[in-house]
Amino acid sequence: MRKLRLHPCGNYKESYTDELAIFGSDYGRLWSLAGLAALFCAVPFISPPYLLYVVNMIGIYAIAAIGLNILVGYTGMISLGHGAFFGVGAYAAAVMSATFNVPFLLSVPAAGLITAGVGMIFGIPSGRLKGLYLTIATLAGQFIIEYVLVHWEGVTRGTEGITVPAPTLFGISLQGDIRFFYVIFTVLTLMIWMAVNLIRTRYGRAFIAIRDNDRAAEGMGIPIFSYKILSFGISSFYAGLAGALWAYYMVSVTSEPFNLSLSVEYIAMVIIGGLGSIAGSIYGAVFITALNESLRWLTDLMMNFGFITRSGLNMAPLREFAFGLAIVLFILFEPRGLAELWRIIRSSFRLWPFSY
Amino acid sequence: MDFFIQLLVNGLSVGFLYGLSAMGFVMIFKSSSVLNFAHGELLALGAFVFLSLHSVVQLPIGWAFLATLTACFVLGFLIERFFLRPLIGEPLIYVIMLTVGLAAMLRGLLLLIWGGNLRTLPDFLPAWMDIQSGWLRIPPVYMAAILVGVLFLVLFGLFFKYSAQGIFMRSVADNQRAALSLGVHVRRVFALSWGIAALVAGMSGIILGLMNGISVHDLSAVGLKVFPVVILGGLNSISGAVIGGLIIGVLEAFTGGYLSPSLRDVVPYIVLVVLLLVRPYGLFGLVEIERV
Repeated sequence: MRKLRLHPCGNYKESYTDELAIFGSDYGRLWSLAGLAALFCAVPFISPPYLLYVVNMIGIYAIAAIGLNILVGYTGMISLGHGAFFGVGAYAAAVMSATFNVPFLLSVPAAGLITAGVGMIFGIPSGRLKGLYLTIATLAGQFIIEYVLVHWEGVTRGTEGITVPAPTLFGISLQGDIRFFYVIFTVLTLMIWMAVNLIRTRYGRAFIAIRDNDRAAEGMGIPIFSYKILSFGISSFYAGLAGALWAYYMVSVTSEPFNLSLSVEYIAMVIIGGLGSIAGSIYGAVFITALNESLRWLTDLMMNFGFITRSGLNMAPLREFAFGLAIVLFILFEPRGLAELWRIIRSSFRLWPFSY
Repeated sequence: MDFFIQLLVNGLSVGFLYGLSAMGFVMIFKSSSVLNFAHGELLALGAFVFLSLHSVVQLPIGWAFLATLTACFVLGFLIERFFLRPLIGEPLIYVIMLTVGLAAMLRGLLLLIWGGNLRTLPDFLPAWMDIQSGWLRIPPVYMAAILVGVLFLVLFGLFFKYSAQGIFMRSVADNQRAALSLGVHVRRVFALSWGIAALVAGMSGIILGLMNGISVHDLSAVGLKVFPVVILGGLNSISGAVIGGLIIGVLEAFTGGYLSPSLRDVVPYIVLVVLLLVRPYGLFGLVEIERV
């Protein structure tokens, strides 16, 4: 076994392979393997049912957030329609399994592909637009998709919703939080692996070039329109996959959850986690879900105090307020998000006691 | 034919309200290139402050109106000072997201204070505003919207054309760095434009509230409808905002009347996407020329 390498204090990279390496030192690789092992072996068995449900939701949101980060953080296109794409994935999976009896293993990737197609269609405006105008176009996309989901009653059954049959994988029924945990986190691990490696390929580098300066990128021979569409496609594929898992996990699908505030939550995850960082998307998903859950817990708690209930105050809006406040504070004080905070903490340990 | 004309009149009147709501939005965009997602909440805030001043504090209508406008102006000023100013020069996404966060904060606050129920404003418009000639009837609220709309249009036109502050604002919008180097007080321009925008928003909120009653959710939805309106008119044209509002209003009225009521709310966005593909800078917006 070769010797484990620690992070050197300084930049000693000698080749491009060093520069492109995902893990700077072997400890990173060891830690992530240990983390994965702990996640898969311990978490489902030690956590109480509700916590496991929250963890599963984090996994689903993280998949979609990674997709959004590829679009926003790496390609520099702000999308306010990610929640709708998530909904397209959920509906695609639900329709396929409830109406056409497509098996789980096929319907989830197929839902991802369908969503990727829809995302590419709504990405077409990016050929002429950027910045603010593109954001508004995706906002319009959000409303149009929401409308179609509610009113295309022949397929989506309108406001009544679709009940998804229980999924089976290789003959094993996938009911229950623990079994679903394995499905969600296997997909998440796979998707993280794909995203991290995608960023290192020519496609990922082209995305980053477009983000940094689209005209210069075009001048260097990158066909920016097709790459932008590709970025929309990949991002929506992630959203669709997450939506499909969500549909199977939630059993019943209605159009209400896929509104603008879901899209805003995804953007919040990506910003609070850290733009242009795959790990950041996961931190963001954890943070927003934890924030939502703790605010819910807090408002429930406050409802139980007699004097608040008697005073007639409704505590539910407090959640919205705190959610907005969290976004605002992060943007004002740490715009590069949790990933940057984590980096600062880590490097202060690494460089201690000589912090320069 | 009567149905057609009535739809047209309704559409135009609602369109004037949209245009009025969009004016404050364009005001902010024109001076600081910020897309304000909290605009709907500013509308609601104006309406609710007016309601409270009138029904709780029992101020007479005129004073309540003036006090509301002052409060909105100060609030806009404060929002700029505490939230937007630290972000001058930061990338677009942070600024957009900040206004989204601000919208959630304001909405939570409004719901906390006033609740989510529909309230009605006292009807204080004078009787002469009710215009009725034969089959054509323009209710006083619409008349007020048209009057206020035209008034602000003229005021803003004069302000941007002749006043020193207005010219400063245009210079900042045109090129922030050049304006700075010529001695324009850019921060004051930003603060002022947020103040004025919040004032106009409060005003539009009151008029919108007179028409449909006020509820936080409805008024924040109007804040989102501002987007098709301003894109249609061009993001930096105030008269474009009014014309965009009129077009969207009429379009909504006709879709609601002839096609289906449910399509009504989504039609502006369909038009928006098509327009963005064909003419990204709107009907009256400035065409930006970029150089590497």
